[in-house]
Amino acid sequence: MRYLIKGGRVVDPVSKIDDTSDILIDGNRIAKVAKDLNEKCDTEINAKGKIVIPGLVDMHSHLREPGREDEETIATGTRAALRGGFTTIACMPNTEPPIDSPEMVRKLSGIIKRDAACHVAMVGAITLKRTGRKVAAFSGMKKEGVVAVSDDGSSVEKASIMLQALRAARKSGLLVIDHCEDPKMSAGGVMNKGFISTKMGLRGIPAEAESTFVKRDIELAKKARAKIHIAHVSCAKSIELIRKAKKARLPVTAETAPHYFSLTEDCCVSYDTNTKMNPPLRTKADVEFIKEALADGTIDVIATDHAPHTDAEKDVEFDFAPFGIIGFETALSLCVMELLDKGVLSWPDLVMKLSTNPAKILGCCGGSLKKGSPADITVIDPEKEYVYTKELVESKSKNSPFIGWRLKGKAIDVFVGGVLAMKDEEIMV
Amino acid sequence: MSNKFIWTKKDLLGLEYLSAEEINHILYTAASFKEVTTRQIKKVPVLRGKTVVNLFYEPSTRTRTSFELAAKRLSADVINIAVESSSVRKGETLIDTGRNIEALKIDIIVVRHSASGAPNILARSVRSSVVNAGDGWHEHPTQALLDIFTLKEKLGRIEGLKVSIIGDIAHSRVARSNIWGFIKLGAKVTVCAPEKLIPVGIEQTGVHVTNDINEALEDADAINVLRMQFERDSKLAFPSALEYFKQYGITSDRIKKCKKNIVVMHPGPINRGVEMSSEVADGANSVILEQVTNGIAVRMAVLYLVALAKKPTSSLPAKVENM
Repeated sequence: MRYLIKGGRVVDPVSKIDDTSDILIDGNRIAKVAKDLNEKCDTEINAKGKIVIPGLVDMHSHLREPGREDEETIATGTRAALRGGFTTIACMPNTEPPIDSPEMVRKLSGIIKRDAACHVAMVGAITLKRTGRKVAAFSGMKKEGVVAVSDDGSSVEKASIMLQALRAARKSGLLVIDHCEDPKMSAGGVMNKGFISTKMGLRGIPAEAESTFVKRDIELAKKARAKIHIAHVSCAKSIELIRKAKKARLPVTAETAPHYFSLTEDCCVSYDTNTKMNPPLRTKADVEFIKEALADGTIDVIATDHAPHTDAEKDVEFDFAPFGIIGFETALSLCVMELLDKGVLSWPDLVMKLSTNPAKILGCCGGSLKKGSPADITVIDPEKEYVYTKELVESKSKNSPFIGWRLKGKAIDVFVGGVLAMKDEEIMV
Repeated sequence: MSNKFIWTKKDLLGLEYLSAEEINHILYTAASFKEVTTRQIKKVPVLRGKTVVNLFYEPSTRTRTSFELAAKRLSADVINIAVESSSVRKGETLIDTGRNIEALKIDIIVVRHSASGAPNILARSVRSSVVNAGDGWHEHPTQALLDIFTLKEKLGRIEGLKVSIIGDIAHSRVARSNIWGFIKLGAKVTVCAPEKLIPVGIEQTGVHVTNDINEALEDADAINVLRMQFERDSKLAFPSALEYFKQYGITSDRIKKCKKNIVVMHPGPINRGVEMSSEVADGANSVILEQVTNGIAVRMAVLYLVALAKKPTSSLPAKVENM
């Protein structure tokens, strides 16, 4: 099929374009990017007033399959991702059982081939059963297709095991995506430790539970000469460490999630369990630090940490509810409202954080609109306003603190590998 | 002033969520109910035909009994439901339990729970009134109300009084409710505990913080001494009860150095020889048993007010929204 996307504002930091332009898609590739194209095509997409960017890449999500298909599946999760404008998502290995062996990777890869509506990059576990005891078979998992390893959901508690894992990852050419949390410091905690947790009578998780492991793992990565990517950075203390590491030219990258620049711990006072996530929502000062770190490049990537949980799991006492919220469908709007409209980032900056950088860090396709690139393209209406209701949620789980919010900026059309997977907000696959 | 006040809250979840005016109105209402409890026939028909359910997820004798008596003296019907704390996480959810109880056409749920915020979650899920009888480390509003009521009765006012709360502040719902209540009514509040039992940020409520017992006692018009639970959380700071008693225990020697008429309160049950000596507990400055008596009047006031709230409004902090 040949598609012509006409008249949109094309933003691609890789080819340094930010201008009104047309894009011709031929088969699964981008054939041409130029002004006023009049090529023959099967379907023309009118992108006037829209922003046309490389498809969004989410390097941190939980799709729950296999094992927790009541929360999400590859089929439902990838459709929710499409709705949010994502063309590639990386799924974390904390399924039941975890993705910790070549056999499990092969099984997951089979489900993805059968059910996925967008590209899915697989992440394998760092340790067997994610228990932090024995490093998994990285090279075998890589042969089956994983692009990175992570014990996300838990940290690797023992420094000796982490060092061993970082060395093995370097040898196999795999990225380590690092969930930084000192489990001894966070034990029993359910929200940020501070005055709000004190007045609510809840156990707190101090910022140091994150930052002490960021510090440790940057040192270990340096020793192992391995690449490390710090997941879901939530606090100022971690940012300072990452900034320092980058100045020292260490191969460290980092991501944050939209909720860490849109919400603060103050939101927890309702005891709404959709404000419970790990790491927890932090202070206003942390939010400002995160925005600054996005602007100055300390944080490379915005990832959703999409973590579906059923109503039955979440509709309980704050202490008993699982951590995490869904994020695919709100990420773009929150970026538009909190970062673009508030002058933190420009569109090219945002495309870097949501597409180019994560694609590059994962070493997967996408992230650019260069001629010859895979036709992973998202067309966005930056002005579209809507109220995010439970009925609108595409994901199987509805655990979002943003339900009821008035949001702005929405993905309208999405091409995945040249296939028009979402057209006028309707999912076609 | 108080008698013209119109009460609008359907729930009592914590003193943090009440205004000084609302707290004063509860105290004012409690005073008139206290008169009832001294009569030969200790019953008024104001809640006749209403049903109160005591839903207790934690064992409690005194608070439950106090609520039960309060409800009965208002002529309400009372049902007690005790949920084994061990079955909280596997059995029916709190919200389902609340909705099932509500389907029995009851009017007020009095809930005690080990998880902070459980009454808030329940209040959001049912139309009935919810009264917090103690949740985790969060709040125990009726306890603080009866403490305030008792002190006001003794000293005639709250505003300007120096009140010290002594003990495990970090793990105490009584401490939090006392802090909100006393601060809102204009008292000067000091909290005193070993450093590890002072929760982070507590000074943001407006209290003065000290680790020095002598500082907390000096100039105090009243002290509220918390129960120390060495079998649970308090052992963090002090490995032994005896050591705690030496450093922080309220003894007659320490009381002798205080203001002559210092009022000594304790929410009970007392650990004699741990946070307080027997001489002090049973001495002239102690109002501990009066607190127990006043607890009934205060709870009568609370049940009465929430059950008959005019144009009931939610007492909950709103869910986060950007509209």
